[in-house]
Amino acid sequence: MSDHRRIAASKVGEVTVVRFVDKKILEEASIQELGAELFGLVEQLNRRSIVLNFTDVEFLSSAALGKLITLDRKVKAAKGRLKMSNIRPEILEVFQITKLNKVFDIRKDEAEAIAAFQ
Amino acid sequence: MAHEAAAGSRPVPPVGGWRRDVELPSERGASRLVMDELLEQLGLHGWSPTDIFGIHLAAEEAIVNAIVHGNKLDPAKTVHVSCQVSPELARIEVTDAGPGFDPASIPDCTLEERLEVPSGRGVMLMRSFMTRIEYNAKGNGVVLEKRREPQAD
Repeated sequence: MSDHRRIAASKVGEVTVVRFVDKKILEEASIQELGAELFGLVEQLNRRSIVLNFTDVEFLSSAALGKLITLDRKVKAAKGRLKMSNIRPEILEVFQITKLNKVFDIRKDEAEAIAAFQ
Repeated sequence: MAHEAAAGSRPVPPVGGWRRDVELPSERGASRLVMDELLEQLGLHGWSPTDIFGIHLAAEEAIVNAIVHGNKLDPAKTVHVSCQVSPELARIEVTDAGPGFDPASIPDCTLEERLEVPSGRGVMLMRSFMTRIEYNAKGNGVVLEKRREPQAD
């Protein structure tokens, strides 16, 4: 299961915490891989409580936003919950401009995101 | 002893800052061929990390659009990128060899019913992060400009 190249997934209780390998998420090929790995958490590994921790992410493009939106839809369709945390101000601005902050459940840090599953 | 002409013996910073014109191949990831230098020059000209983030995002979106949607990854076509950076202005012009498109035809991605559509956000991000963006009449070229806010004393 741990043949991930774009993410590092760990479990905290029942919650799957995902960190990103790439500081800059913008190359088309790596975004495709990232998407496949994220979707696999839901579709193959049946994870239903997921936190995406953005602490290492400095940059992401609109193509990466597309993968996050699709992941959010897949998790919701599977009756799971997805939360995002540790998003730096510039990327938060991207979410605000595109109004994705209304779609995504965004928390300040990982601890707050995990606690929100209780 | 012969005197050499002094002209050209000392490097002089170009008037108006840094400029670069490049032809990018229509391949995914080709933006890298100009982006690293653009980001470095923005830093050298005193742009803040926040401004650099926005310019990087806008330029990346414009170049990817040109390669993927404009030239449709056709190896026979190139994307022309013209960059200009000074302490007051960052200007990036991206032109592809495609037929052009009408930027007004892009639906508003922030409408409630489109919020979860996973594409169509690039142009909105360009507009938000830059001071001005303008497509040419044909719709195959875009100029991105960011002007530096006057520094508070």
